Amino acid sequence: MFAIVVGGGKVGANVTRSLAERDQEVVLVEAKATRADTLESEFGHRVVHGDGTELYVLEAAGVTRPPDIVVAVTGDDEDNLVIAQLCRERYGVEKVIARVNDPRNQAHFDLLGVTPTVCPTQRILALIEHEVPQHALVHLLELRKENLEIIEVEIGPTCPCVGTAVDRLGLPRGSKLISIVRDGVAEIAVGATVLEPGDQVLAILEPDREDEVRRLLLGR
Amino acid sequence: MKVVIIGCGRVGAALAHTLSDDGWKVVVVELKEENLGRLGPDWRHPLVLGHGMDEKVLEKAGVAAADVLIAATDGDNTNLVVAQVAVQRYKVPHVAARIQDPARADAYAGRGFEVISPVKMAIDGLADFARRAKGDGG
Repeated sequence: MFAIVVGGGKVGANVTRSLAERDQEVVLVEAKATRADTLESEFGHRVVHGDGTELYVLEAAGVTRPPDIVVAVTGDDEDNLVIAQLCRERYGVEKVIARVNDPRNQAHFDLLGVTPTVCPTQRILALIEHEVPQHALVHLLELRKENLEIIEVEIGPTCPCVGTAVDRLGLPRGSKLISIVRDGVAEIAVGATVLEPGDQVLAILEPDREDEVRRLLLGR
Repeated sequence: MKVVIIGCGRVGAALAHTLSDDGWKVVVVELKEENLGRLGPDWRHPLVLGHGMDEKVLEKAGVAAADVLIAATDGDNTNLVVAQVAVQRYKVPHVAARIQDPARADAYAGRGFEVISPVKMAIDGLADFARRAKGDGG
């Protein structure tokens, strides 16, 4: 595999190191001269010094071959977006992963069709919500391309689903319960499982179904 | 006619004055407060402080009702993203982006917004000048 990593911060350097350790061919592009020097002392000829949003820099990194994947992980979302667009649309790179630094910019990546994206801030916020829930329904994972999401629901004593078996809930098509955590023990959800207060339920569903699933499980 | 100008650098500020003199309703969006000084003490049009990629900022500037949006920050990539968002999300009918890098300007031609490259204009102008000099000198 041949990968180009654009952005030699902590993420880019660690990705490059991990790929190199797995004997994958990888080139790392870094714009700042002093940072590029530091990276060169570890990664040698794998480092290309230059602005990865400039076409000639991408070409020096080997984008015309084209690489199997480009990883755009600079600290600037506009740069990551433009790198992803240029690689995909101008150079025919099939797979691009882009980092979203500011979660507010996620909508721009979605709008312009840049996917998949990784937003560490959003991941941390989701984990905070999972660990210290402020809401009865938590988004654990969004698979945008697949149009699926995984949610966690905490069943309260007054929820309409209490005492009902999974196969009698009347869940809509495009939704399915995955597992139920009860008293700290996780079990795969089967049709005969009867829901109880305090259950933490994982469900996979099409995002359009969320309101309906919420109503059935939480009653609101 | 309403124009939203993103970026109040030398280009954005002068452009704002020119269009204001022509009778346009002008809204300027700028990240750094100190740059707004370029508009002078008598500037009376609305100003929005914030990043041009922030949708709240764009909406505060009334981008959905704008006839024209001009992305003129000093960042090529910011301008490219803002221009595409203006065209695709807010359906602004006329959008232009200032792109310094001629290669990127070419790469983003024909995407529903005008790409203006000052560097390319300078290159073309200087090449013309040299060609004319050659013609004069024989």
